[in-house]
Amino acid sequence: MDFLIPSTFAEALAIKAERPEVVPIAGGTDVMVELNFDHRRPTALLDLTRIAELTEWAPSENLLRVGAGVPYVRIIDELGDRLPGLAMASRTVGSPQIRNRGTVGGNLGAASPAGDTHPVLLACDAQVEVASVRGTRMIPAAEFYLGVKRNALEPDELIAAVHLAPAAAPQQFSKVGTRNAMVIAVCSFAVALHPEQGRVGAAVGSAAPTPRRALAAEEFLAGELSDAGLWESPKPLLDSVRRRFGELAAEAASPIDDVRGTAAYRRHALAVLARRTLGWAWQDYCGTGETRSQSCA
Amino acid sequence: MRVNVTINGDQRQADDVWEGESLLYMLRERLGLPGSKNACEQGECGSCTVYLDDVPVCACLVAAGQCQGREVRTVEGLAAGDDLDPVQRSFVEAGAVQCGFCTPGLVVAAHDLLRRVPEPSDPEIREALAGNLCRCTGYEKILDAVRLAATRQASGAEAR
Repeated sequence: MDFLIPSTFAEALAIKAERPEVVPIAGGTDVMVELNFDHRRPTALLDLTRIAELTEWAPSENLLRVGAGVPYVRIIDELGDRLPGLAMASRTVGSPQIRNRGTVGGNLGAASPAGDTHPVLLACDAQVEVASVRGTRMIPAAEFYLGVKRNALEPDELIAAVHLAPAAAPQQFSKVGTRNAMVIAVCSFAVALHPEQGRVGAAVGSAAPTPRRALAAEEFLAGELSDAGLWESPKPLLDSVRRRFGELAAEAASPIDDVRGTAAYRRHALAVLARRTLGWAWQDYCGTGETRSQSCA
Repeated sequence: MRVNVTINGDQRQADDVWEGESLLYMLRERLGLPGSKNACEQGECGSCTVYLDDVPVCACLVAAGQCQGREVRTVEGLAAGDDLDPVQRSFVEAGAVQCGFCTPGLVVAAHDLLRRVPEPSDPEIREALAGNLCRCTGYEKILDAVRLAATRQASGAEAR
């Protein structure tokens, strides 16, 4: 096995082009487990932790560009105000030690259906910036996840960054597990309000072969909100609306029975998560509305 | 491959390191530092917690090669000679050690918490230690130890 240590992203891309079978490693929280348990014997590891440009985040046009190697702890500490949904999901990853090392780029690279940040990336319309010696392309999160642990990367490509808009309105993420720390999601859900577009982003995690947008739930809610003029004069949502949103979110999933939970439990829990997260996000929206216009009852 | 790394302030060199090897294996099997414990090898238990460039990590999830030229501080590097770190003393005095296997990882995690948050609340202590498992389930004494270390640290700071 080789251990390759590029010091620039260009150098890493050149290696990946020449040897597409090399396995990139950043925080190591997935890759090292596979090596320790002898589940994987790659011909080479490509260490990305020396590449300074991957560990930076910066505004990029109207978006934030978050380098693939920015660890969760920095997303929480440095971007929690601008990317609240992503920070919430990051907070539920593993333990402090894991959050010190693990990265969103790694979450995307592994493309586990249970990855914590995926539902948020979907609900927030994130774009994944991938690169190779052939050039750079942007892949919408909704087109990035292809199957269980399969993503849209070509063999010579590496993940450079994710691009997300700073939150203009409340976002929420919630996850079910057996305890608060160190759990792989039984199921998870993210919701992001996009008042400027008159719509809501919603996505389920750990409840289908890939993370998935809950499109019917999104459309239903967008209709309800605009029909009642709630974006302009926010009022608490009817219980029936929140419940219907939850049902539709659960229908977006195609869960299986496994060691972490049954399909039936996942569907039930998703409906609850969706109803609650929407309630929290909308309550926040009403709160900000109240300070703006005193219109929220 | 050869890995050069600063460990507990000393420049060390490990030879014949396998490219897929973890920092934990290198510490324990090649550099004679068995303080960091090997339990789960998947980042679940925290027994191998060490500082890498001043950040607590699971040594089992760091590739040895990723430490080339970097600084590692293990549980062996917390005491100044025979003079135990206040966190270590507090663990002994509070009886926070049963079988002892999780102790090194917990000591490093608690050490890091008290550097960042000198007077942590109970929820902050629990959160900071959430990645460290004690199969003897001696968590109450461990919390006592962290509170004791915090108190001690605070009074030490006042004395100065």
